[in-house]
Amino acid sequence: MFKKFLIAASLMGLVLAGCSSTPNKPDEGASVEDRTTESTGSGGTGGASSTGLPGGGAFQGNPLDNPSSPLSVRTFYFDFDSSEIKPADQESILAHGRYLAENADMSVSLDGHTDERGSREYNIGLGEQRAQAVRRMLLFQGATDQQVEVISYGEEKPVADGHDEMSYSQNRRVEIVYKR
Amino acid sequence: MLKKLLFVLSLVISQSSWAVLDIQITGGVVGEHPIAIVPFSWEVKSRAGAQEIDSIIRADLSRTGRFELIDKKKFMETPHQGTEVDFTKWSTIGAESLVVGRVVPGDEGKVNVQFQLFDVYKMSLTSDGGPTDPDYKVKQIIGYSLPVAINDLRRTAHYISDLVYEALTGEKGIFTTRIAYVTSSERGKQKSYELQIADMDGYNEFTVLQSSEPIMSPAWSPDARQLAYVTFENNKSQIYVQQVDTGQRQLISSQRGVNSAPAWSPDGRKLALTLSKDGNLEIYTMDVITKRLTRLTNNSAIDTEPAWSADGKTIAFVSGRSGKPQVYRISSQGGRAERITFQGSYNARPSYSPDGKKITLVHGNSDGFHIAVLDIQSGVLNILTDGSLDESPTFAPNGSMILYATAAKRRGILSAVSTDGKVKQRLVLKQGDVREPAWAPYRQ
Repeated sequence: MFKKFLIAASLMGLVLAGCSSTPNKPDEGASVEDRTTESTGSGGTGGASSTGLPGGGAFQGNPLDNPSSPLSVRTFYFDFDSSEIKPADQESILAHGRYLAENADMSVSLDGHTDERGSREYNIGLGEQRAQAVRRMLLFQGATDQQVEVISYGEEKPVADGHDEMSYSQNRRVEIVYKR
Repeated sequence: MLKKLLFVLSLVISQSSWAVLDIQITGGVVGEHPIAIVPFSWEVKSRAGAQEIDSIIRADLSRTGRFELIDKKKFMETPHQGTEVDFTKWSTIGAESLVVGRVVPGDEGKVNVQFQLFDVYKMSLTSDGGPTDPDYKVKQIIGYSLPVAINDLRRTAHYISDLVYEALTGEKGIFTTRIAYVTSSERGKQKSYELQIADMDGYNEFTVLQSSEPIMSPAWSPDARQLAYVTFENNKSQIYVQQVDTGQRQLISSQRGVNSAPAWSPDGRKLALTLSKDGNLEIYTMDVITKRLTRLTNNSAIDTEPAWSADGKTIAFVSGRSGKPQVYRISSQGGRAERITFQGSYNARPSYSPDGKKITLVHGNSDGFHIAVLDIQSGVLNILTDGSLDESPTFAPNGSMILYATAAKRRGILSAVSTDGKVKQRLVLKQGDVREPAWAPYRQ
């Protein structure tokens, strides 16, 4: 399974080189008032959009878009007040690390989040530690420092609004957001 | 480079003329000092811009929990100046203090707000001279005639509250101070975050910054003229310092990783802040002019939420170095950190009282997160609130009250509690979520 994926991923590298994806550079000194586009993470558009090489061969698309690839898992959840990566998430995170190592033109931001309990600034710290834990695994697989950006949002961007463990468990997360 | 980033936010100063916050007193004791505030007479031709000055004063004083505001229905007369008062009528209904006043025409479109504060007991005992004593009925604790513009009447009422409060308690009033806080709301599918400034009673709300990305950690400079805060508007955390009056702002920290938790030194020359540029969250101080950084902590755990002591010599902060967040203190020059909270498994977001003797903080235990006050000398921790998600406590500039954020009916609201825990009140935003209050110091 893994080997098969690796071959696919390395072939994809060729395809990706010709892919276009929408860059989303944060505009320097942008007026805050003017922002109207929805942004869910630091990467903005969230994931790469891709097109096949014209007149190309068998592959269309991107392993990032393959729902059966471990790369399709982009959100990793954490226990309360913990920045320990769960064993079940390791395969996926390692796959992202290898993908980045093999695709030097790709980069990601790791957005760290917490649930709403506790103080906001401490939660910025906790979100940072969670994202750093994922970052270390990516670098361990050969991703470079320049490819991996860490942003902690603490408790500021919950995906679930409830005040219960059901919501909290969805909010304690790190999201890998691909950009170019 | 910095010049480029220094730009004016001209759009952001917009005033909503109506109160967005609604204050409800939710619990506590009735104050011990009975006071009667007589409705002020309006003796100006036009009623345009008229304010019920006495109602504003009444609300201010009742909020402190120190006064028993005598019901208007009990009043036996409605005097507007000292010479009209029959003090025995006021001692009969139990008033210890009496405020009377009126608004009369002034020069150049202004009005004069006149008021007098009396000690009813003393006045009704002025038996030696009796009503024939030339000083009788004009002896007062304080009395002022204040020339003000019509649109300044609300602020003037708060100023009168300050004068009355200080005359009767010996402690400086807080009714002309302001608060900052962050709100969030949905605009269609879009989240909108606003940094707001309002009078301490929630009126005169201004939006000083609006963003589609989170805004955090507003921190007032000691002269109450600047606000430091954290934004994510450029898809990373950055710290700005904004001039409150002009809206002009400057990017002050945009290091790789976390830029957060700004806190001004009492002399206004430094900011303490949290950065992760060296790989982990650490506390630094920054010289506001030179931007030079000095690192204070060096620990693999989270170190954040710095707070300066009143004398500027010590910085309290939160660290996870013991495994759970606890409050520590360190010299503002650096050195060894000393743990100062030992009760409970979660103590965070410290903030010193203006006299430097207490620290308010968020205390977590088995039934949630509450606001607590730590007496630094004795180490005694007094838990003041019983919400489940109370956070971001901030002292009033006279130390008498603590404003904080809490969750009610699934959204964030502001609440206040007296430092002794006896009086509680809520400030309810009409819609959306309000959090991270910061009570401004006295303006200098």
